[in-house]
Order: sequence, then C-alpha cells, then structure tokens
Amino acid sequence: MSDATKPAVPILEARNLIKTLGGNRVLDSVSLAIGRGKVKVLIGPSGAGKSTLLQCLNFLLPPDSGQILLEGREIDKKSKKELCSFRQQVGMIFQDFNLFDHLSALENVRVALMKVKGMGKLDATERAVAELKRVGLADKASLYPANLSGGQKQRVAIARALAMDPKIMLLDEPTSALDPELIGEVLSVIRDLAQGGMTMIMATHQISFSASLADEFMFMEKGRVVEHGSPAELLGKGSGSRTQAFCAKISELTGEAGDGEAGACRL
Amino acid sequence: MSTPYFEFLRAELAPGLLEGLWTSVLVIVPSALLGVVIGITAGVLRVYGAKPVRWLADCYVSLFRGTPLVVQVFFWYFALPYIKIGGWSLVLDPIEAAILAFGMCSGAYQSEYIRGGLNSIKRGQIRAALALGMTTRQAVTSIVLPQAFRRALPGCGNEIIYLIKYSSLASIITVNELTGTATTIAKNTWRNIEVFCTLGVYYLALVTIAAWLLRLAEDALSVPGFERPRT
Amino acid sequence: MDFSVAFNAARDSLPYMLGGVGWTAGLICGSMLLGLALGVPLSVLQVYGPKPVRRAVSLYVWLFRGIPILVQLYIFYFGLLAWLSQLPGLTDIGLDSPFTAAVLVLGLTSSAYQSQIFRGAIQSLPGGQLKAARALGMTDAQAIRTVILPQALRLSIPGWSNEYSILLKDSALAFTIGVVEIMARMRSIASTTHEPVSMAFVAGIIFFALTWVGVKGLSLLENKVRIAGYTRQGAV
Ligand SMILES: Nc1ncnc2c1ncn2[C@@H]1O[C@H](COP(=O)(O)OP(=O)(O)OP(=O)(O)O)[C@@H](O)[C@H]1O
Ligand SMILES: [Mg+2]
Repeated sequence: MSDATKPAVPILEARNLIKTLGGNRVLDSVSLAIGRGKVKVLIGPSGAGKSTLLQCLNFLLPPDSGQILLEGREIDKKSKKELCSFRQQVGMIFQDFNLFDHLSALENVRVALMKVKGMGKLDATERAVAELKRVGLADKASLYPANLSGGQKQRVAIARALAMDPKIMLLDEPTSALDPELIGEVLSVIRDLAQGGMTMIMATHQISFSASLADEFMFMEKGRVVEHGSPAELLGKGSGSRTQAFCAKISELTGEAGDGEAGACRL
Repeated sequence: MSTPYFEFLRAELAPGLLEGLWTSVLVIVPSALLGVVIGITAGVLRVYGAKPVRWLADCYVSLFRGTPLVVQVFFWYFALPYIKIGGWSLVLDPIEAAILAFGMCSGAYQSEYIRGGLNSIKRGQIRAALALGMTTRQAVTSIVLPQAFRRALPGCGNEIIYLIKYSSLASIITVNELTGTATTIAKNTWRNIEVFCTLGVYYLALVTIAAWLLRLAEDALSVPGFERPRT
Repeated sequence: MDFSVAFNAARDSLPYMLGGVGWTAGLICGSMLLGLALGVPLSVLQVYGPKPVRRAVSLYVWLFRGIPILVQLYIFYFGLLAWLSQLPGLTDIGLDSPFTAAVLVLGLTSSAYQSQIFRGAIQSLPGGQLKAARALGMTDAQAIRTVILPQALRLSIPGWSNEYSILLKDSALAFTIGVVEIMARMRSIASTTHEPVSMAFVAGIIFFALTWVGVKGLSLLENKVRIAGYTRQGAV
C-alpha cells in the first residue's frame, strides 16, 4: 500500500453523492474510495441510507449529484452503453436475492453471460457450473428458485454476480433475510471471497463477522458517514465511538456478545 | 356537396341520437335492474342453496356465459314464439326481448361476483356473530351482506358498464336505440364515418360517466381493507 | 312443437352450421394474434414508457374498451375501410372485406384488453428482479425480454383464456357485416326452415363446445409451461 512513487488508484470512488427521495435527503454528500482487495463494511441504524448508497454506486438509483469513478475514470451515466458495461464490472447482492423466478439456478447464473457478455451456450454453461461449484451448489443447478432454501438462493445470487468477473462486489445485507441456521453457509462463501482478494463493500448487521474481514468500517447515520476507520480503532475498548455504542446495542439485542466489548465483538 | 359536419350534427344527427339515447336508457336501466336481481338470487343460491338448486343455478350461469349474447337475443326474439306449450306461446316485442336477453345474460355474470363476494366472507365471522347471540338471519343481513356487497361492487359495476356497450345489440332486433337510430341515419345520409364515429363518442361518454359514478359509489362505501384493486 | 321435426332440422343443418366454424376460428385466431402482437408492446410501454407514452396507451385502451364492438364494426367496415379501399393503391388488397374488418376490430379491441392483462402480470412480479438484471449489466430492453416477459406471459395465461372466450362470443357479431360464421348461418337457416329454436340450440352447442376446447387447450398450455413451485406471487 505504501507505494512511495504513486498512490494506487482506487477501484471504485464516489465523490459527494447526494440523493433525495420523497423530499428527504437520504444521502447527504457521501464520499468513499476503495482500493483493490479491500473490504469496507457499512453499518448504521435502519434508514441510515446504506441500501440507497449501494444502489447509487451502480446507478440503480441515479444520484442527484456527485461523481462515481471506476479505476479513476468517471462514469457518464447518460451513456447507456457505458452504464451497462460499468454494471457488469460491479457485482451486486441483494438482501432479498432477486433471483429470476422462471429460470433454474444454472440458468440464473448463465443468462447474463449469454445475453450481456454474448458468450455461447456451452461456454456459459461451463462457467455457470464452475461458479455454482464454487458456492457449493453444483448439485442444485437444475432447481428453480422456488425449490431452493434462502441460503441456497443467496449463494446462487452470489454465483450469478461472480460469473460476470466483477472488479468489485456490493453486498446489501446479504444475510438479513435468512433464518439464523442458514446465515453461516452464506457468510462462509463471503469469507472465502474476501480471502481470495475480492474487493467488497458490504452493508450488514453482522458486526463480529464483518469485523474479522473488514479493512474499514463506515458508520452511517441520517445519510452521512459519521465515522470511519479500522474495526480495531472503532470498536476498541473505550474508543467512545458511535460505532461502538451501536455495536454494543446490537450485541445486546442479539446476545452476540454480553458486554459489548471489542474483544467479544470480534469473536 | 353535403352540409358541413357540425351543421349536420346540429340539425340531424344530434336530435336523432338524442331520441335513440332515451330508448337506450329505456333498455339499459330495466335490464341492469333485472340483471342485478337475478344475479343476487343466483349468486346466493349458488353459495347457500340446497344441492339441486345449486346445480340448477350453476347450469343457468354456464349456459348464459358460454353462449354469445347475440344468439341469446336471437333466441328470445325470434325463437321464443315458436315454443308452444299447450297451444300458448310467448311473443315479446323487441324492447321486451332485449331487456329479457340482457337481464338474463347480465344476471349470469353478476352472480359470479356475488358468489365471490359471499365466499370471501370467512365462516368464522358468521360463527362469531352467532356466538354474540345473533340469529342466522341477523348474521347474514348485518354481517355478511354488507361485506359481500362491497366485495362484489366493482365487478357488478363493471358488468353494468358492459351492459351499456352490449345494449347496442338491441338494434339487431329492430329496437331504435342509439345504434339503431345511427344506422338509419347513416343509410339515409351516406355519411357513415361521421355518423358511426359520433355514435362511438356517445357510447364513450356513457361508459365514462358510468365508470365515474361507480368510482364515486365505491369511494363512498370504502372501508379500509375493502379498497378496490387499483388497475 | 314437434320434437322429431325439430331434431331432424337440427341434424340436417349441422354440416352447414359447422362450415361456419372455420370462419369463426379464423376470426378468433387472427384477432387473438393481432391482440397479442399489439398488446404485449402496449403493456410494456404502459408500465415502463415515459409519461406521454403511458398517457397515449391509456387513451388507446379507453377508446377501444369504451366503444361497443358492434359500433366499431360499423365504423371500420362501413366507414374507415370502405373509404380507405377506394384510395389509389389500396383498392385490391382486401381492405373492404368483412373478414378483414372483423379481425381488425376484434384484434384491436382485444389488444386493449390483453395489454391490461399483461400489465397486471408485469406489475405483479417482484420489482427486485428488474434491478438484479440491471445490476448484471443488462439493458432495460434485455431485462424486459429475458426476465420480465417470460414470467409475465406465463402469468397471463388464465387471463388469456378468459379473453379467448370473450372473443369467441364477440366474434358472433361479425355476422352483422356479412362474415358467414356460425351466427350468420344460424340466422339464414332458421329463416328458411322456420325452426329457429333448434337452430339456436345447435349454434349454442357449437359455441359452447368451442369455448370448452379453447379453455381446455390453454390450461394444457399453462401446465406445460409451468415452473416448479411458481405461483402468481412469484416464488413462494
Ligand atoms: N422511494 C423512497 N421514497 C422516499 N423515501 C425513501 C425511499 N426509499 C428509501 N427512502 C428513505 O430513505 C432512507 C434510507 O433508506 P435505506 O433503505 O437506504 O436505509 P438502510 O440504511 O438501508 O436501512 P435498512 O438497514 O433498514 O436496510 C430511509 O429513511 C427511507 O425511509
Ligand atoms: Mg437496507
């Protein structure tokens, strides 16, 4: 990181994003930059604007103003072509999976390879099978979403995003729609990804899990990033940070860690 | 050269269509009422009737929904007089035949909505009403019907809108309602496009006004949870 | 009424009446397909189009749903098409045939109704799938084609079957402009044989049977394209 000659260009950078929805400012001049292989975790109370931020980052919700740069190049959101090719390079995982209900697991992973990347059916199938194997679902390839469990659906969604060879992944509370016993299987896939060097921005309430992966925590509140720093700094004993107070509250509620100490948080 | 359109409309077309409009109303209103009465009767019988009655009501509905209205109109007007029972037969004048045909057909469709409305009320509510000490009759009139009516209203109202459009079929059996009058005027003046397009505007107005009234009625009766499915 | 006479008349009329089935089938196929071909794009425009386009589609739907079929038949056959077919270059393309007019009227009206069936189906799909498709880099057109329409069309089959039986019944009105379908044949044979009762029954039975066949066929189709566990609310 400490390359003396030139600072590394961040993979994805956002500058002063502003978004107003239904009259209130959901994003209030948010900026961020993330380097290759880094993991950023967004935390904050419900309604803070985490989902909005993630969706603005790939223009699913066009920001009212601000810039987004991929590897130093600003994206022109008016150009449809540029937008589509940008989105191919930014994978997204949704809280409620959003699998295509009329397509089997395999077809879900394959469809964009064929339609967007223009791959042939054989190549696309081969690739899709490989991605499904990577998330541990090789044997479920022919099942339709309706017959998959929540954890399996989310893993298919991850495979679908990975198949596009994204440079960065945006994950919006990937486990919060899952039953507790299914969370583990998804988290372990995410952990593998992070260890494999995937760049990620993830909104989550899984504090202890993300603390073990994240290079940086960003604490959002009312559309602003109010604190950011390494998990150790923010969650450290007596740091007095908002992040720590928030985590303590979550831990209390979920019984994740009795005293809300950073050490316990890190489990 | 013939007279310009607006002159033609003022002097000839509008007065003629106005007369036709009254005849249309004379056909539509009684057949709508007949349809609602038949529809409610058949609908209630199909839900609460004894088995043979239910079966009969079901037959009536599938017969009248399964055949084209023109065939039914034809039957009541041309064929009915041929059915002689003990030397007697029933001969209807065109307006009567039209009202009977529209009412019978509309009733079959109406009964579907009534039935759906009745079925949508959970049995538990009737039980709850009985548990409060109501008689069955009280439970039906004060608990079931008010709810079923709200549920059925949008469908039944739509059916009346259909009836307005299909009342044009009365012209086939020589009733001089809107369409019949327009056909006569078109024949006499050879101004088909103008006459029939104007006729279309009349129906559009009728249908739009009826839809608007229906909306008002639904809003007036609306209770949370009984909103009409927005289309 | 003598039953054996009525029965014989009905039996003798059968071949002639059944000859009308071809015309009726032609009317229905033509208008269903025209309605489908126009209804799908109309519904997409009404859901995803810009505001003026959505308005225009609503206007179209309002027009064709508000004017009775009979009146439309007169407008098209005696009015518009009669006039168009006299224009130079348009004389010999069959614009003035009753069949053309009937298919056009039934098809345009059906497209208005079908567009509302598809629109309802599109709107009943969970919204996230369109987002997910966009997030994968699909253009809106690609997303609609590969994700939205395949699901919406499946969900539309019950509505479609209803539309079929409505079209079948409305097609009987084509006799008023001279298409020799079932109703037209029933009328003419009833007036020559003076047996309107049995003729009405025969026609009624034929229409009844056609309704049944079509509805059955569409429900077979529905089963054929069914996806495991897929319900109207999307995945369970
Ligand atoms: N379409 C919309 N119209 C108006 N307000 C909206 C809209 N979408 C979101 N909001 C508001 O924007 C704010 C941020 O929403 P967002 O979904 O980004 O929060 P979040 O941090 O993701 O919360 P959660 O943890 O519950 O997912 C909320 O106050 C929400 O009410
Ligand atoms: Mg969120």
